[in-house]
Amino acid sequence: MKKKFSHATIEKSPMLLLLLTLIVVAIGGLVEIVPTFLIKSTIEDVKGVRPYSPLELAGRNIYIREGCYACHSKMIRSLRSEVERYGHYSLAAESKYDHPFQWGSKRTGPDLARVGGKYSDEWHRLHMADPRSVVPESVMPGYPFLETTPLNYRNIDGALRALSIAGVPYDAEAIGNAKADLEAQATPFADTDDLMQRYPKAVARDFDGNPAMISELDALIAYLQMLGTLVDFNAYETTDFKQ
Amino acid sequence: MAARGAPGHHVPGTMTTASWGIVASLIAGALLFIVIAAKAQDAPMAAHAWLFTLAFVAGALAIGQRHFNALERGPAASEEVHYNDAVVKAGVIATLFWGIAGFLVGVVIASQLAFPALNFDTSFINFGRLRPLHTSAVIFAFGGNALIATSFYVVQRTSRARLAGDIAPWFVFWGYQLFIVVAATGYLMGVTQSKEYAEPEWYADIWLTIVWVVYLLVFLATLARRREPHIYVANWFYLAFIVTIAMLHIGNNLAIPETWTSSKSYALFPGVQDALIQWWYGHNAVGFFLTAGFLGMMYYFIPKRAERPVYSYRLSIIHFWSLIFLYIWAGPHHLHFTALPDWAQTLGMTFSIMLWMPSWGGMINGLMTLSGAWDKLRTDPVIRMLVVSVAFYGMSTFEGPVMSIKAVNSLSHYTDWTVGHVHSGALGWVGFVSFGAIYCLVPWLWKRERLYSMALVSWHFWIATLGIVLYITSMWVSGILQGLMWRAYDAQGFLEYSFVETVEAMHPFYVIRALGGVLFLTGALIMVYNCWMTAKGRVRESEPLQVPSRAAAQPAE
Repeated sequence: MKKKFSHATIEKSPMLLLLLTLIVVAIGGLVEIVPTFLIKSTIEDVKGVRPYSPLELAGRNIYIREGCYACHSKMIRSLRSEVERYGHYSLAAESKYDHPFQWGSKRTGPDLARVGGKYSDEWHRLHMADPRSVVPESVMPGYPFLETTPLNYRNIDGALRALSIAGVPYDAEAIGNAKADLEAQATPFADTDDLMQRYPKAVARDFDGNPAMISELDALIAYLQMLGTLVDFNAYETTDFKQ
Repeated sequence: MAARGAPGHHVPGTMTTASWGIVASLIAGALLFIVIAAKAQDAPMAAHAWLFTLAFVAGALAIGQRHFNALERGPAASEEVHYNDAVVKAGVIATLFWGIAGFLVGVVIASQLAFPALNFDTSFINFGRLRPLHTSAVIFAFGGNALIATSFYVVQRTSRARLAGDIAPWFVFWGYQLFIVVAATGYLMGVTQSKEYAEPEWYADIWLTIVWVVYLLVFLATLARRREPHIYVANWFYLAFIVTIAMLHIGNNLAIPETWTSSKSYALFPGVQDALIQWWYGHNAVGFFLTAGFLGMMYYFIPKRAERPVYSYRLSIIHFWSLIFLYIWAGPHHLHFTALPDWAQTLGMTFSIMLWMPSWGGMINGLMTLSGAWDKLRTDPVIRMLVVSVAFYGMSTFEGPVMSIKAVNSLSHYTDWTVGHVHSGALGWVGFVSFGAIYCLVPWLWKRERLYSMALVSWHFWIATLGIVLYITSMWVSGILQGLMWRAYDAQGFLEYSFVETVEAMHPFYVIRALGGVLFLTGALIMVYNCWMTAKGRVRESEPLQVPSRAAAQPAE
């Protein structure tokens, strides 16, 4: 008769215990994560989604730096009350160029997935300087220093290059013109033809009310004002998307 | 690492080939960071490069100092039979220090939510930057040090072997503190990947990987030299915690830096995949850092303190393997009704519900270990703390599966209910089991008859418990209230409340929550005082010496 398996075998070998543990904990992750790279319908093809312009990307980096994601989600769930409050539920394609994703996990403040165009630049400027000046009940911190801090974008081409390695379709031209594109988008009356061609629907203007300087606030507002504006949902039927 | 192949006449603590190698690596590392500091793209990177340089130079000097101290001391009488308790002592002190720091920042950010003026309109201490400081300080600095210290203690006792490595355990300890300081100062300067509980940037992640691999090697090598036939169950959990955290940490932190001299990086994977990998990591930071590791703690300190054997050997086998298998699948329950494919959400929910069983297996095994010793709940406040921690573990691992059900989650997600749930586990389970372990360890390590005061342990217990109750009940109310307000419709079929009305409604609960945090912090300060007095060798005069004295150093098996 064969000797029955005994757990004592495992308990007597650190390496066996280690190996079996590693196998057991690897399975769940592999089964769940790998298919999302392989199944095409994970991310539907939606018109209008494009990589961030250099100024929007710089603004996004400030959004991340200040930890905005700790209180604001950017993921509208497919629930009636959310769609009515915030707009069409978020599509996977809308964050396909997001490295990292910014869906958030907590709504101490409202969802921002479609905040673009909802308020004026002036509102955002006042709101960032002193949130309670426009929303008295708000518990958001004030960020008056953004307005007075010049944006550091000397390595913005490096940012685009790193993202292109991660798979975002910035070509050599986009990387080479990153600085020029950033400046063009934040400067009134600049020549924005190239910018518009590379980043359709990009909005170019002075965002923070101070045309003399490209501030961190310029970048942040440029980012907030484009959120959720890329996909034209009027061009689709609701049945075109899976929930 | 260790002075393993050293000749017989070698004086412990003096330089060996291995320690020369470590010194050389530290100096090479210091030189590399001087170059990075000179070429840094941004101020935080320059500051951190200098910090690394200083730390590496200090490390090299400390090893040199150690050599001369050892020469002066001369050959010790068979170093081999002694446990390495010095590094455990350091770990206990670090646990207490970071615990107070983490709880304090928690109180600060809770107060900021109640009174936003406390953000002072500054960059360094606004809520967004302090929040990761709080979560990292309590999870990784307090919890991590508690885990490293207790695992080093437990693996030696249950293996009847000295900790492997000579410099290696100290490298793990100091390397981990360096990681904490780099992460924490980074948050204040705005350096973050924005991935929750994995915020430190790429260079801090690489450093942690190195430290963690050495930790794994020290732990494995100590198990390998054990003089007990079996590996004790606590060590299964510690080992699973160490190796799984390594896997998760590497998987979730794959990123492309802007340049090698920039503090900024971009996650390798985009959107949906990044979200899934983040919560595969995030939920298993709970599962393996905050659960498996602390179960290891439970499996040593409860039987030891109660002087009873573990309730069921079989149950520990079943719940160990099922727990580590099922936990990994649960991540997608953080992404219900999002753009994550539906099949993944359902899979995450299903496994989260199944996870209830092995979780309660652990709870039962911990609680039932008190069979025949239940009277100690009355007489020993340390046992009370340990047992209540397991009760909180049972409660939050029941609440978790409930919240992972899609219908419940549609209400609870994005609200304070989640925050309350996390804290019933973090304050009740992780906090209390660590406090219990510290109350056991301090007299053992400092060779004292008993703690300075058992009455102060009771005070700590009741004040902290009251704090937890205030915290989680206020978050239940605010979370469910806000969830219901978000989905409330008026008679005309319009949404009844604007968002800001729901924010306004949170205010009283945020005040209560902050108060709960103050109580929890107060309890911890009492603990620090008690431990300090114990280490000094004082005994509170009003209390007679009648506490379970330290049993002989034998495995609890």
